[in-house]
Amino acid sequence: MKYIDEYRKKDLILGIADEIRKISKKEIALMEVCGGHTMAIHRFGLHSFLPPTVSLLSGPGCPVCVSGQHFIDTAIAYCRQAGVILTTYGDLIRVPGSSSSLEKERAAGQDIRIVYSVLESLEIARKNPGSKVVFLGIGFETTAPLTAAAIAEASKLKLRNFHVLSAHKVMPPVMKALVKDGMKINGFIAPGHVTAITGTGIYKDLPEIFGLGVVVSGFEPVDMMQSILMLVRQLEAGKPGVEIQYQRVVQQQGNVKARKLLDTVFELKDDYWRGLGMIPLSGLKIRSEFSEFDIEKILPVDVAMAPEPKGCICGMILRGLKKPSDCKLFAGRCTPSDPVGACMVSGEGTCATYYKYRE
Amino acid sequence: MCLAIPAKVLSVDGPAARVLIGDTEYNASLLLIDDVKEGDYIMLHAGFAIQKVDEEEAIETMRLLNEVAGYGPES
Ligand code: SF4
Repeated sequence: MKYIDEYRKKDLILGIADEIRKISKKEIALMEVCGGHTMAIHRFGLHSFLPPTVSLLSGPGCPVCVSGQHFIDTAIAYCRQAGVILTTYGDLIRVPGSSSSLEKERAAGQDIRIVYSVLESLEIARKNPGSKVVFLGIGFETTAPLTAAAIAEASKLKLRNFHVLSAHKVMPPVMKALVKDGMKINGFIAPGHVTAITGTGIYKDLPEIFGLGVVVSGFEPVDMMQSILMLVRQLEAGKPGVEIQYQRVVQQQGNVKARKLLDTVFELKDDYWRGLGMIPLSGLKIRSEFSEFDIEKILPVDVAMAPEPKGCICGMILRGLKKPSDCKLFAGRCTPSDPVGACMVSGEGTCATYYKYRE
Repeated sequence: MCLAIPAKVLSVDGPAARVLIGDTEYNASLLLIDDVKEGDYIMLHAGFAIQKVDEEEAIETMRLLNEVAGYGPES
């Protein structure tokens, strides 16, 4: 097994689709939380295999999209400080801030380096003892443990010039916030790689309190179709629960080692989500024991909250209330090569996905 | 962003491994998982192995799926 091709077989997809059609009676709406799922659905055209009773909505699971402008403005403020080397995942480089982007800053001569792994940032810090190396920590529970591991390493190696600007966020509070907000959904296609770290315990409330089905899904088309089938079965039987489709990667208890590291380095804080506002205990900040690695403690900057770009409805799209095609700027003024909002920049942003796979 | 890709472990050296995706080799940090050995599959995310791939579970899932899709238990 190579764990890819087997999960893309057309006849298997069709077989599962038949089964879904056979048993689906109730009209249901399922939300795929993760941007990676949104991409898979569009790339493989999975909508076309589903009966009209099952509709899919895209959720807020694109870290670049929900962090938005203020984070970029803050990163820009840091890269303009003397002696700072800014390191970032490539996803962020083109996201527009309120008046600039990291790409523009780099063209203007700021030292901004794209890294594939946070470990490269550590290496840059080691090689440049005279500079402050700032890593932009972005991502959910899948990515945050990597940043935690890097901070723990920096602490061990006494690498005092390595720092993190954390915009890390956690998934469960936003999933609940959406439901409390009145979002009409019956179940979640839950993020596979987030859950590979956290385990399934984080979803306990969703069936118990909100009556929602939850299936933790892999990212290949067969995975997604099976997850939808599992949700349809749960909901037809009137027995919503938490199940794992992605058994080959996700264990009920998650990755205990990564969870521990995450807890050692980070603690929860109230955090701002684009389009959703403040959500209690939905973000991760660096614990005071590690504050020497927290750039916001070492070198505070004050960056005003700028309004969202005019006409951009990313916020509504992130809540599943609107589709990109409802935005007047979509595919005209706003395209991946000249994006207005973050949802058009990130490869897994809903607008970028719709753009790429539009008719 | 949460993308992780299955990669085959070629060799393990302390907290790091060489892994293979398609025809390309990568480094994978093993700081987040234990007990990785040559021949295992891991999920690689931004330079880190974040979880092992469980072959038995994968085979079992495929068996169930083939049943649903009407191929009977063998395929
Ligand atoms: S198409 Fe562009 S402007 Fe419109 S919501 Fe999406 S990102 Fe914002």
